[in-house]
Amino acid sequence: MTPVPEHMPTVFPKPEHLCNLAELQARLALRAGLFSHIRAVFEENGFMAVETPLVINAPAPEEFIEAPRCGERFLRCSPELEMKRLLCAGFERIYQIGACFRAGEHGRRHREEFTMLEWYECGADYWQLLRFTSMMLREAALRMFGSPTINFQGMTIDLKVDPQIITVDDAYRQFAGISSAEALERDIFDEIMSSKIEPQLGLGRLTFLMDYPASRASLARLKKDDSTVAERWELYIGGLEIANAYSELTDGVVQRQRFAAEATARAASGMNVYPEPVEFFESLEYGMPDCAGCALGMDRLAMVFTNAEDISQVTMN
Amino acid sequence: MFSASDLKKGLKVLVDDYPWIITDFEFCKPGKGTALYRCKMKNLITGSTMDRTFRPVDKIDKPDLEERETIFLYVDNDFFVFSDSDTYEEIHVSKDVIGDNAYFLIENSESKILMFNGAPIDVTLPTFIEKVIKETEPGTRGDTATNVTKPAKIDNGYEIQVPLFINEGDTVRIDTRTGAYADRVSKA
Repeated sequence: MTPVPEHMPTVFPKPEHLCNLAELQARLALRAGLFSHIRAVFEENGFMAVETPLVINAPAPEEFIEAPRCGERFLRCSPELEMKRLLCAGFERIYQIGACFRAGEHGRRHREEFTMLEWYECGADYWQLLRFTSMMLREAALRMFGSPTINFQGMTIDLKVDPQIITVDDAYRQFAGISSAEALERDIFDEIMSSKIEPQLGLGRLTFLMDYPASRASLARLKKDDSTVAERWELYIGGLEIANAYSELTDGVVQRQRFAAEATARAASGMNVYPEPVEFFESLEYGMPDCAGCALGMDRLAMVFTNAEDISQVTMN
Repeated sequence: MFSASDLKKGLKVLVDDYPWIITDFEFCKPGKGTALYRCKMKNLITGSTMDRTFRPVDKIDKPDLEERETIFLYVDNDFFVFSDSDTYEEIHVSKDVIGDNAYFLIENSESKILMFNGAPIDVTLPTFIEKVIKETEPGTRGDTATNVTKPAKIDNGYEIQVPLFINEGDTVRIDTRTGAYADRVSKA
């Protein structure tokens, strides 16, 4: 039998290193508080908590996201298609906090397994989602710290002031001296985003990066008055990408076209082509209501709320 | 060949015909975009640094590098002559490659030589070497503070900063990575 240690341990073993136990305990306690405050805000606003399957038949095809295999099936990269099936079935305000998986993503801000908050609201568009998200984060800070400000990596982030709102194209012009169209044309869109733009976003307050080029629409609907951009935003805090939201595409025909285009792109880069999401397409036949949805990385939000520089400081792996 | 997903801190790669060591590495994936492997790299020959970003499809060459255990023998004009500890083959290393390490080489001591395409590009000495202080202002007895320093010279004229209590004839340990005083080994 292993002898009982004389002293409480001061370190906690992790896959690649030992971490300081007291620090981890403090951060995990704050993380738990953050989660319960966020859940409370959803409950108070009439959202219903749902749980959709982790193991799925057919992930949404995306050119740069790889679902880990799970036997003959897949671990979900996001709960998006399953939650949208619930919207088609008449649920109007739903949210979920749960694990998602992305093969090969590992770094200071990435884990292959991470925790996602995802929610949908019928009748809303991405502007309403922007206001709700700002309110939710302000509430979380107030309830946790009694103050609408958080200290993150040497910065004070004020959640009470109006967020910065900047379009993708303006951000490319302002921070990189190039239009977003030209960056796409020269195939340096992601490199510029990562090296020149992201570090400038969310400094001192929230930044919503709005209106992505149509080729980066994913499942967002295009703007009615400007079909070159999609009604999509990403939220940044302290240079960290936190959330991604759309006014959702509801047109079943366009949806199928986007999936086909992504599947073709995946095949062209030698990635496996997923089975067709049959049940999702069937649900769309019944009609998807006008809605907006957002996916938010809870581990990263926990990093911001606990002033952590590495995602490993707020997780067990 | 390495895949981009093999990249990590400490890995040595061949880029633009030079060998580099990755000194900083970050996995990035901006909003629904492609994965990016952002590296800071140090040129193993020139010491210059650069940033380079790779995509998942990129292949990166492996440099032909070999580390050899050697013994330092003697100086022959502009070359420092070492002997391979396994094969006894003599390896001639130029003054440029040795740099400031020249002050810390001790005959018959061990060091590692990094070879690139068969030619020496770097010499790593033992982390600490011992040298006798040949010249310094007299010490202050009883002053054991280590944060106040004065200049001192070792036998070959190399100047280091030492605490005030060090005297001529004392033997000190020097950290060869920084070229700085580490501690006193024995008094004169």
